[in-house]
Amino acid sequence: MFLSVKGLKKAFGDQEVLKDINLEIERGNILTIIGPSGSGKTTLLRCLNALERPDKGTYSFDDGLELHFSDHIKKNDMTRLRLKSGMVFQSYNLFPHKTALENVIEGPLIVQKRNKDAVMTLARDLLEKVGLSDKMDLYPHQLSGGQQQRVGIARALAIQPELMLFDEPTSALDPELVGDVLKVIKDLANEGWTMAIVTHELRFAEQVSDRVLFMDNGYIVEQGSPKDVLRNPSEERTKQFIQRIMNP
Amino acid sequence: MFLNSLLFTISANMKGWDLFVNSLWPMIQGAIKGTIPLTLISFTTGIMLALITAIMRLSSYKFLTIPARVYVSAIRGTPMLVQLFIVFYGLGQLGFTINPFPSAIIAFSLNVGAYASEVIRASILSIPKGQWEAAQTVGMSYGQSLRRIILPQAARVSIPPLSNTFISLVKDTSLASLILVTELFRKSQEIAARTYDFMLLYVEAALLYWVICFILSLVQDRIEQRLERYVS
Repeated sequence: MFLSVKGLKKAFGDQEVLKDINLEIERGNILTIIGPSGSGKTTLLRCLNALERPDKGTYSFDDGLELHFSDHIKKNDMTRLRLKSGMVFQSYNLFPHKTALENVIEGPLIVQKRNKDAVMTLARDLLEKVGLSDKMDLYPHQLSGGQQQRVGIARALAIQPELMLFDEPTSALDPELVGDVLKVIKDLANEGWTMAIVTHELRFAEQVSDRVLFMDNGYIVEQGSPKDVLRNPSEERTKQFIQRIMNP
Repeated sequence: MFLNSLLFTISANMKGWDLFVNSLWPMIQGAIKGTIPLTLISFTTGIMLALITAIMRLSSYKFLTIPARVYVSAIRGTPMLVQLFIVFYGLGQLGFTINPFPSAIIAFSLNVGAYASEVIRASILSIPKGQWEAAQTVGMSYGQSLRRIILPQAARVSIPPLSNTFISLVKDTSLASLILVTELFRKSQEIAARTYDFMLLYVEAALLYWVICFILSLVQDRIEQRLERYVS
């Protein structure tokens, strides 16, 4: 098991957003998280790399890293946790003053201080992989939303994480640009990346996921294979949600 | 009327014209030796002070935010001339005699530091939270995020208001004439005291300040254009 999360809780003020989350992610598996807005799915994803610090709970990784969030966490362990996962944001969050290539090399070159030639080769390969080899020297504002999001994916991959996190990666895109981004994610799936994806694209979830997790009101209501959760949900709440998205 | 009488002063009196031309160079020298270095040095140290103050105020530790707040409040709440006198005459009386020029640098730097810190703080706050988060997810520390991601973007936002501070500073350096710094305005006062041509000499000084500020606003435009290149 790559990561096992136990008893995760998170509140913003007196608003409890994650009430008691237990989940496991296996290496090479793809977990999609679905649920209505406000259900806590984005917060859960952001807790996985401690962009939001959980209030309580334990993360255990297969390399022995263990974090207990009710205790003080050593800075070193926090950095290890951060570098385990690459994050792709709904609103891309590219660095606007840096070109596509500079966005990608920032992490490995500046933070990880890896060899410059190796980083440049890696960055070019990654931008080629996401179909942007001809856009490397353009600034984010010169790129379409879909292109920006693909730079975002390349930037996240560049730190060579073990887990890729996607927070509604296509929600801010024009419909005709969604396909390009989903294709890149599918390619990553085929390469065996471990991923956690928050999405509203249920058809896409069905195609790529190994496990689907349905959240509502801060709880995991149901989880299982995509077939079980999306085609034969056992909980009433899940049925209603899927019904509404599939046949609006 | 004003212009007429000025033209009258100049044209009806060839001696006036000679005086204008002859006092031009001493005043320019005053600008080169006084006004300009005063402005440049005070602004540079002031901006560094402002950056530190802004970062202190944005911190979550009270022992950093409180001194920063007190400093900004005290400087903004007191007249610059009074601050200048405290540094020069006040400290001098206590035995910390500081020469006029460095006294002026200290007072002006403290001033710029306080005003510009508010500008810098606001422009850091104007950068979307997502930029901090993106920096964090590629592994950056607070300092790295600030230096490489946030400040370059905040700089663009703060150029117009900081240019204002800079241009105000150019004119405020004339206050240094009151603690005997030989700068542009002091030169015009000295010549006027000899010749009694107050109108001519003070208008001449005003024109020189205007020229300096005009050139600066051209420089500001250039910098803004450069920094605009990555925004649509």
